[in-house]
Amino acid sequence: MAITHIIFWFLTALALVSALMVLLSKNPVYSVLWLVAVFFAISGHYILLNAQFLAIVNMIVYAGAIMVLFLFVIMLMNLDKETEPQKDIWMKIAGAVSGGCLLMMFIALVKQATEMTGKTALLKTGSIGLIENLGKALFSDYVVPFEISSVLFLSAMVGAVVIGKK
Amino acid sequence: MPIQYYIYLALSLFSIGVVGVLTRRNAIIIFMCIELMLNATNLLLVAFSKMHHAIALASNAATQVGIEGQLFVFFIMVVAAAEVSVGLAIIVMMYRNTHSVDINFLNRLKN
Repeated sequence: MAITHIIFWFLTALALVSALMVLLSKNPVYSVLWLVAVFFAISGHYILLNAQFLAIVNMIVYAGAIMVLFLFVIMLMNLDKETEPQKDIWMKIAGAVSGGCLLMMFIALVKQATEMTGKTALLKTGSIGLIENLGKALFSDYVVPFEISSVLFLSAMVGAVVIGKK
Repeated sequence: MPIQYYIYLALSLFSIGVVGVLTRRNAIIIFMCIELMLNATNLLLVAFSKMHHAIALASNAATQVGIEGQLFVFFIMVVAAAEVSVGLAIIVMMYRNTHSVDINFLNRLKN
């Protein structure tokens, strides 16, 4: 078994266990910390796929900025295990069953899709994920969406300030 | 690595996010599960981008096929960051009005 396969299975197990712990933790602060672990596992998958730029952006933007924002809001509201609202047990069972049905349907669809048999995702090699190539594409072919996204950020900032000031 | 493994991983993460949205009542946790679903789709996009790159690489060594998928992931991250800032502002406003983040308090919209 090659080292990349071992890393793949380790990161997969880490992502799935951490994602389950996000749901199962009673304390919202622990949920945030488990979600940070999920994001680090996904960043590891990006590195394994040689998408280095996305791995770094995922770590900085998601695990860094967004999760710290969540943590701030949770601590601002002083939420803990005692104030955590819980659904009754039947609603939880119904939610788990319907999510499981969705997963089964997805897996059945993927299993009978013949287009994807024998295809592999390129690990470790391939240069499209490097910052040089992505930057060239981003500032030549995709420069208009890039500039529009700055307008989106501006409007989101204005919206957050207007909502927060009320 | 076969593409199916990545598809199964992303679908499992997505389904866990769906179960979280359905079973939790804390608005912040629901929001975090939505982030989890976004990340599952990001992982799938990157895996498919590398899959198409591998196919194109067999005929042309200098090809750039598949770079669109990774740029799309970049734009999804941009939109997600904007969404989180507005969404958390809405949750803070809701907490100020009801002193709770329980989404069942929001059913007053029904009447």
